[in-house]
Formats: sequence, structure tokens, C-alpha cells
Amino acid sequence: MADTPLQVTGNRTKQEETASIVEVLERATKRAVAAVQDYSLLSFRALTNLATAPHYFQDTLDQMDDVGVGSLPIILLSGFFIGGVMVLQTGAQFVRFGQTSLTGDVVSLALVRELGPAITGLLTAGRCSSGMASELGSMLVTEQVDAMRAMGTDPSRKLVTPRLLASLLMVPLLTALMVFVGLLGGCVASVFSLQLSAVEFWRRSVDALEFADLMQGFMKSLVFGFILATVGCYKGLTVRGGTQGVGRATTQAVVISSVFIIVADLFLTKLCLYLSNKIF
Amino acid sequence: MAGDGSFPCGEARSAIAFENVRIGFDEVEILRGVSFCVRERETVVLLGETGTGKTLTLKIAAGLLRPDSGTVDVLGQKVSEMVESDLLAFRRKIGFMFQEGALFDSMTVAENVAYRLNEDGAAPEEIEPRVKEVLRFVELEHTVDMIPSELSGGMRRRVSIARALVNRPPIVLYDSPTAGLDPITSQTIITLILRLRDVYGVTALLATHRLQDGFALANFHFDMHAERVVANSRNGSAAAIATRTRFLVYRDGEIYFEGEPEEIANSDDPYLKRFLV
Repeated sequence: MADTPLQVTGNRTKQEETASIVEVLERATKRAVAAVQDYSLLSFRALTNLATAPHYFQDTLDQMDDVGVGSLPIILLSGFFIGGVMVLQTGAQFVRFGQTSLTGDVVSLALVRELGPAITGLLTAGRCSSGMASELGSMLVTEQVDAMRAMGTDPSRKLVTPRLLASLLMVPLLTALMVFVGLLGGCVASVFSLQLSAVEFWRRSVDALEFADLMQGFMKSLVFGFILATVGCYKGLTVRGGTQGVGRATTQAVVISSVFIIVADLFLTKLCLYLSNKIF
Repeated sequence: MAGDGSFPCGEARSAIAFENVRIGFDEVEILRGVSFCVRERETVVLLGETGTGKTLTLKIAAGLLRPDSGTVDVLGQKVSEMVESDLLAFRRKIGFMFQEGALFDSMTVAENVAYRLNEDGAAPEEIEPRVKEVLRFVELEHTVDMIPSELSGGMRRRVSIARALVNRPPIVLYDSPTAGLDPITSQTIITLILRLRDVYGVTALLATHRLQDGFALANFHFDMHAERVVANSRNGSAAAIATRTRFLVYRDGEIYFEGEPEEIANSDDPYLKRFLV
């Protein structure tokens, strides 16, 4: 069967009415393996494109604007209120032991290590992964991707690499901003709800953090940026079934990238905790 | 009449040559051992019903799809054996007009037309006059700053032609250029294809399901002195001889008919007659 770089190798088995359960399972397994293969190849190519010319700087800047500046309002707003909620919930427990001053430590660690990267990743995936899938999917069904190839442009270089680079650069920055605004929200909540001083909350929040905590948050946000960009682009470039297929790919991009982020979070946490004792 | 694997280019230099090309999807074979060639400066009209593999043939010729078996030779290079990185450079020698235009909808008409020149790193002072020249050729100079959604279907096809010829490729592939257009707009598009053939001398492979498009290309030529399209004389003018037009008819993934316009026009074959209606 024909093979070109962005052609899907899966979904190519003939549907027979008399297929047995074994055959159906065999086809499903083949499709899944082919999808993993295609996704891995696309991600690998998008990464290796960074090392060789030509580079599309303007496209990368446009994507940085879309992923970074475009996601800023939802990230800041969510961060502020998540920080506030964290303080209210943890503070309510610490009040029972008369240890409300520990709230800053807990909220700070939770935001930097876990909530900041995870929620930034999930929110950005919801907004950008779907956008990438729908944009590239629409280009694919209207033959714009083929037109690009026909004019001598590598779509993985022109379309995928700028989106991946923009996400790798922007998601860690968004995470840092979310953590900062989250602590700000926590500070406001602790002052008004727990009657803690703002200086005390802020000092404890900062003192609780170690370099390993910052590295954990940074590493996670980097991986989450990679996941949301590659999944979004892969789903977009493998759309089947016209405009209906674009809608389906958009939904799948959000669902798959969100699940990948949550699953990856578990393994990354374990890895980071291991590395924090060895390296950082 | 079905594809017999013959290779009808003979001694003439071929611009495009297919030899026993096969391709299929979902275990269904679409092209079943297709062999043909297109000589330099020749126009081959690829006729066939929907789903017979016309677009696939064009995409294989441009290296956008790789055949399952067989060889494809374009401008002396084995396209069917080239890797994608080599194909990207090679495709700059081929103009491709997609069925619906396939214009980049986030770019203006000028940016669409200039796309290939920008990719090649041409200087802005070189790009602008070239873009204006090709847009003048398709009579759409006034649409420079418009975006594709503001254009009519026929205008989009004309911009697509302008984009395909901006770097003067020796071969242009047309995928159903008049599909879904009204007769007047279709005539405008065919006139442009005629002008492109006769002014720039391009080799063309044109997929269509409209026989009248093929006859227009076979029976008319663009008179550069009179600057209009004129009918070929009966004894055959030099221009008409230099720009020969042949027909290929696909049926069930094989070449059902291959020959001159007169042969298809005078054929008693019931399948071919369906295109004449």
C-alpha cells in the first residue's frame, strides 16, 4: 500500500461482514500499533527538524502568540482561584491543630510540584490541542497539506515543528505565571479567611520551596507541552471523513492529550522524586 | 483496449512515463497496472468516471503518493523510488492545480501565489513583479489583497493556476479544473490552460470527466500575435502540431482507451460514447 510521511498506515483493513472476533481484535491491534508508530514518527521528525534548516521563525512566533498570549487569561484566572481554594481547604484542616501558618508551605509545594503544571497542561491542551487538530485537519481535508507538499514544503517542518516549539517554550512560562498568580490568590484568601499576614504567608511559601521542586514543575510542564502539541498535530494530520472527521479529531485531541498528561504526571512524579535525591 | 502494458512513447522524449503502476487502499486496488507516457509539450487528457483513479494518477506523478508497484519516471527521474526529502526538491519542477484550488485560506491571494518563491528564498523585489505578472496572466490582478474566501469558485481555480505557474514549471498537472463550474467559467479556465500551453510550452496531464474540455484543448490554440484563441486549421498549423493532445480513458483502474481526439470522436464503443453525450 502507498506510503507517504503523513499518510496513516492504520485504518486500512477491509471490513468483512463475516469477520470473527479474533480477526476484529487482530485488526484493532494492528490499527493501534500503526497509530503509535505514526505518532512516534511524526513526533521524532518534528523534533529532529529543529536541528536542520529551513526554520519557520514567523510561524513559530505566531504559534507562541496563540499558545502563550492566547492562553494567558484562562491560566491567570484559573490560577488565582485555584490558589484561593487550596488555602481555604488546607487552612480549614490546619485550624483544627492550630497550625494555620503551615498553609503557605503546603499550597506553595502543591502548586509548584503538581497543580501548576497539571492544570496549565490540561487547560492549554483543551484550548490549543483542539485548535491545532481542527486547523491542521481542515487544511488536510481541503488538500492544503497536499498543496504544501506539491510546492516542495515539508508539512512536518512548516506545520508541526513551530507548534511543538511554541508549546515547549510557552507551557513552562504559563506554568510559572499560574503558580505565581495561584500564590497571590492563596495570599488573598489566607489574609481574609485565616487572618494570616500576607508577609508571613509569602515568606513561608517561598521558604518551603527547594530547587528540586522547581525542577519537578519545570520538567512536567515541558513534557505536557510536548504531549499537547504532538497529539493535536497528529490528530489533525490523520483526519479521515471530511468535516465530520475534523470535529471528531478535535474532540479526540483534547481527550487523548488530557489523559496522556494525567498518566504522564504519575510517572513523572515518581521519576522526579527519584531524581530529587540523586541530582537536584 | 484494457491496459496491455504497452509503452507508447516510442523514440520521443517522455516528460512523464508510467509503467505497470498499481496502487490500492483498504485492500481494494484502484490502479491495476497502468502504463502510459506523456511526451514533452504534449497535453494528455485523462478521462474517466468518478473513482477510477484520475486524481491518484496525478498525485503519483507528482510524488505525493507512492505506488504499490511499477515505476514512474518524471523528467528523467524515478519518482516512484525517490525518498520524501528528494521529492520535496523535485516537486518544485511540477505545477499542480488541485480540484478545489487548495489555496491557503489564511493567506492573501498574493501570498498564495508567492508561496513557492518565498520558500525558495527569492528577494521581495523579484517576487512582487512575478506575482503581478502571473495574476495578470489569469486576469486577477485586482485580487492581490483579497483572501480566498472572498473569491468565487472560478476565481479560486484561476489563482490556483497562477500559483502553479509562478516558478515556470515545465510540467503542470490539472485535477478536474472545470468540475462544478458553470459553462462560461469553465471556458475561461480552459482558455487559460490553452494559453499556458501555447505561451509557455508546458507539458500537461489533465484529469477530467468532461470530454468537451479535451476537445477544446485538441481543436483550438492560442494565437500569440492575435492574442486570442483560434481554431486549428484542417491541415494542421505548426502551433497545433507542436502542442499535440491525446486522450486516455480509465475504466475500472485500467486504461480502456488511448488515442487521438478523432479516434475517440468517431468511436462506436458504447462506453466511450457515454462521454460524448
